[in-house]
Amino acid sequence: MSTSLILEPPQAPQAMLTAELPEARPVIQLDHIHKTYTMGDVEVHALRGVTCTIGEGEFVAIMGASGSGKSTTMNIIGCLDRPTKGTYILDGEDVSEMSKDERADIRCQKIGFVFQGFNLLSRTSALENVELPMLYLGVDAAQRHQRAMEALAAVGLAGREQNHPNQLSGGQQQRVAVARSLVNHPALILADEPTGNLDSRTSVEVMEIFQRLNREMGITLVLVTHEPDIAEYAKRVIVFKDGKIKSDRSIEKQRNAAEELKNMPIIEDDDEEEDE
Amino acid sequence: MTLLMIIRVAFRALVRNKMRAALTMLGIIIGVSAVIAMVSIGQGASASVQAQIESIGTNLLFVSAGAQNVGGVRSGTGDSGTNTLTVEDLDAIKREVPSVSMVTPTVNARSQLVASNMNWNTSVQGVSEQYPDIRKWTVQSGTFFTDVDVRTAARVIVIGQTLADNLYPGTDPVGQTIRVMNLPFRIAGVMARKGQDQQGRDQDDIAFAPYTTVQKKVLGSPRVQVAYVSAVSQDATYTAQSQITDLLRQRHKLTASEGNDFTVRNMTDIADAANETSNTMTILLACIAGVSLLVGGIGIMNIMLVSVTERTREIGIRMAIGARSSAVRSQFLIESIVLSLTGGTIGIILGVVFSLAIPKLLGWPTLVSTIAIIGSVLFSAAVGIFFGYYPARKAAALDPIDALRYE
Repeated sequence: MSTSLILEPPQAPQAMLTAELPEARPVIQLDHIHKTYTMGDVEVHALRGVTCTIGEGEFVAIMGASGSGKSTTMNIIGCLDRPTKGTYILDGEDVSEMSKDERADIRCQKIGFVFQGFNLLSRTSALENVELPMLYLGVDAAQRHQRAMEALAAVGLAGREQNHPNQLSGGQQQRVAVARSLVNHPALILADEPTGNLDSRTSVEVMEIFQRLNREMGITLVLVTHEPDIAEYAKRVIVFKDGKIKSDRSIEKQRNAAEELKNMPIIEDDDEEEDE
Repeated sequence: MTLLMIIRVAFRALVRNKMRAALTMLGIIIGVSAVIAMVSIGQGASASVQAQIESIGTNLLFVSAGAQNVGGVRSGTGDSGTNTLTVEDLDAIKREVPSVSMVTPTVNARSQLVASNMNWNTSVQGVSEQYPDIRKWTVQSGTFFTDVDVRTAARVIVIGQTLADNLYPGTDPVGQTIRVMNLPFRIAGVMARKGQDQQGRDQDDIAFAPYTTVQKKVLGSPRVQVAYVSAVSQDATYTAQSQITDLLRQRHKLTASEGNDFTVRNMTDIADAANETSNTMTILLACIAGVSLLVGGIGIMNIMLVSVTERTREIGIRMAIGARSSAVRSQFLIESIVLSLTGGTIGIILGVVFSLAIPKLLGWPTLVSTIAIIGSVLFSAAVGIFFGYYPARKAAALDPIDALRYE
């Protein structure tokens, strides 16, 4: 649990560099979010009043050291947890007071998750993994199949539908996870350290997919990372410190993963030659 | 998420772990098939007792010397110490009780039978000439002895098939002479083969002589141990029973306060007792088999609990991507129901196969019981729900954040 016990007064917020406030419809509206954990007699203030708005079509990187509150924020944004205080409006719906089941439904309909550890179901084909969120949404079998095939094709895994996770490389597994996050047409894709377990080239490949989804499909992306160079693929970076937002700025010069890939040497490893 | 989809998810999860699913089901398979096979054996035994009793004749009554309960002291019936039933009593029954058609005393003498160079130890039953009619037992060759033989205490004997096979292999024993207690007897006939009785005793290992002969020349005692009485019809058995009781009490000069010094039983009572015995047996067998079903159920719970712990991460993933707690609970519950019902179905098939094979392999009669089949299906479903509920609830109560972080 990333928590901070620092009791010194929070730093004065830096001059906000919030260039060009998003004019698009807001997807995430966090208003004075507090999260307090009680561990025995000690109250741990993980979040101390976080306020921010993320608009439709944005690509935001959330950064911060361990204990800064970024994981807690991520859990709240992902409706896995509820704020102790404050309001969270996701895609126009106030989710801050929702019950466990209501949040499960919201996660199903509005949020796609990509995790550091891929979190695919083992001994289950890529196709079935991608079909899973639709199963909980109640999509019929034919449509499930079709949409899963499309999502896998979108992440460049056409022809790999029947492979099980242990027959796929890390990069491919992460792409299955990205496809899975896409299939329910969520309002938001939440990626928690998605490149944490990947080598640098594969990381760029995954970022390329994210950028493409963001650019071409207008999908809103929130990326939690502690790697500054990965954060630079986003359009906006929010830095957390001690349970508060320390800075929130837009990236002037967004890195372009597709361009970089062209100049990167292709490392001939197994999964690359198998690719496509 | 529909029930059908949850069932699909549960099936997929089980198929992913075929070996474990099979081993878990094994407990239920063994339990259910054991219950069905055991109940079939019990029911088969019960049915064959019933059939045998019906073949003996339901209008049959047994009168034996001694009482089952005299002044609170139990004594055996027809044992050697009691001398309370006499031939005169039986004659009186035959004469005075209108609902009685036939009577035969039986006096039993175990002795060595010698035929030329062979001998055989068997039970020589002293009976009246009506014995074959009362017991519905026919004579295969020769004839049974007559009332004249009884009156004159003639040394005639009718032997069972086992004796014929052993003492006269390949020859016709009728007309030959056999020695009982060193007295020569003429073999008048050979009884038809009767086979084994309920307890597996050979009913053909027997010989019949006039009771007068056995009393006077073999035993040297006028005692009668047991008498077989035929009522005129099955409906008349209870009337006959009470009339015989009244008559014997009167003849034995028993006062109202004294208990009977004889016992009259009818075949229906004996059939009921036999049924009760075999039912007790069936219940006992089913209970033992039921224990293995219970153990199988606990096996399912055990595996489901392990499965929940082992699949914590999977549960976390499912919850994160939108599975409600109820969907997770249903999934695990249905997994366990699928395990137990599939096991139950295989168990039924095996149980029926065993039930059909047992008569051929062991020679025991069996009767496949529909109630046992329906009962095992219900029981195995109940096992699935009961033992699956706790693990399923545990899975549903997991917090997705913790579950995802679980290593």
